[in-house]
Amino acid sequence: MNWARYLLPLLLLVLWQVLSSLKAIPARLLPSPFEILLGFRDLVLIGMPPGHRLPYHVLYSLYRVAWGFWVAAMVGIPLGLLMGWSNRLRDLTTPIIELIRPIPPLAWIPIAILWFGIGMKSAAFIIFLGAFFPILLNTISGVLSINPLFFEVAQTLNAKKRDVFFKVLVPGSLPSIFVGMRIGVGIGWMTLVAAEFTGVKTGYGLGYMIMTARDIQRPDEILAGMLVIGLIGILINTALKACESRMIRWN
Amino acid sequence: MTLDISGLTKYFMEEKTATPVSVLNDIHFKVNDGQFVSVVGPSGCGKTTLLRIIAGLEKPSSGRVLLDDREISRDRDRIGLVFQEYALFPWRTTLQNIELGLEMMQVPKKERRSAAMAYIHSFGLNGFEDAYPKALSGGMKQRVAIARTLITNPKVVLMDEPFGSLDSQTRNGLQQFLLNLWQKHKKTILFVTHNVDEAVFLSDHIVILSKRPARILRTSAVTCPRPRDRTSTECNAVRREVLNTLESARTASSHQPEREEIVV
Repeated sequence: MNWARYLLPLLLLVLWQVLSSLKAIPARLLPSPFEILLGFRDLVLIGMPPGHRLPYHVLYSLYRVAWGFWVAAMVGIPLGLLMGWSNRLRDLTTPIIELIRPIPPLAWIPIAILWFGIGMKSAAFIIFLGAFFPILLNTISGVLSINPLFFEVAQTLNAKKRDVFFKVLVPGSLPSIFVGMRIGVGIGWMTLVAAEFTGVKTGYGLGYMIMTARDIQRPDEILAGMLVIGLIGILINTALKACESRMIRWN
Repeated sequence: MTLDISGLTKYFMEEKTATPVSVLNDIHFKVNDGQFVSVVGPSGCGKTTLLRIIAGLEKPSSGRVLLDDREISRDRDRIGLVFQEYALFPWRTTLQNIELGLEMMQVPKKERRSAAMAYIHSFGLNGFEDAYPKALSGGMKQRVAIARTLITNPKVVLMDEPFGSLDSQTRNGLQQFLLNLWQKHKKTILFVTHNVDEAVFLSDHIVILSKRPARILRTSAVTCPRPRDRTSTECNAVRREVLNTLESARTASSHQPEREEIVV
């Protein structure tokens, strides 16, 4: 029964609209669904601030997240593979990683501004921090979860180290790497709004848009912007899942 | 290729108590060129350790493994090992799994593909070349694993209870299949099993090991003529002999007081 999944959200939405229309929910605190829809229309047609329209905010945000995520994957996956492979490297680096990992990405904002100034690089750096650790840790655990027998198979076939790396280690940890990338991009996307607090020189970005809407007290546009963030998050996850099932057909 | 195992001993260090635990005790035997030799013994007796040492996956505590009078070495000799759990790479198709060893030998793609396809045809795997292991039955998986080993043309083929997890119909079929292969390729095969019937049906010689620490109880020649009938009187006589050897070792050792009994 697929439609049943949508029944509860729909009922809540109707209830919300009814309560808002009866003024049981003050519009100042929580606009009605219909008002949010109108806010969404304003974001698309007029923009917030005016002239800066929603599609461009989305594009700029995606661009920042793509950069942060790309760097996180490019550093996290190879490093994770090596750390999974070499006990010595893992022992050596684990204390540092365990120290840095619990620091929330947002705590890095002042340092990010100091290092990278205000703009794209700072935001991408914050997103990088959010995405990096899930990718790294899942890659390591992916390597460690490979059946040790597979390494012995490679050994009995006189595999060179290179072969072991590319024919056992990489494919064997791929499912886990994908889990890490999905979690990583999710967290990266979540830190986006905060990352755009570091300042946005261009005047574009969903986080920036929401903060501007707050400044001129447009809760309808704040909520519409939040919903857009949620929806794009779903889209990114779906896209990665599709990519995953294409690349990992054996599972 | 003659495989000569002499004075092989293996200890493990028990980590908690830091005391050495003996697994193999002075193992001597020989597998002549083109022979099929089985090693039988109670489960957990160290048969697998023996194979792993010969395969170069573990080092012996003392003793030597010689291949044609030279110390066996992975760098020089190709030693095939067929694992009990198939150990096919789940991310590779049948064809890719069989090709694996040739890839590592840098054989060009076209050549290794046609070599692997030849195995697929002769191993009855037609139509499954692009299937992933999860889609294969146990018997098919083991045939893929055997093909993966044989395609690299190893000097010796070691097999660690390869049919242990198959149902008896499939098992009998694969035993016959293995015999045909052996007669065609003239390989030297060392086969580990706990199934006496299987050892008698397949082998020229049977090495019977005691329980842990494993030592050789006796080595029997299986003289019944090939092709063999599992139920023939000759085969039964050998089975009885092997089973009696195992049984008398078991009862002899159970008369000795176990350590637990002393504690009680």
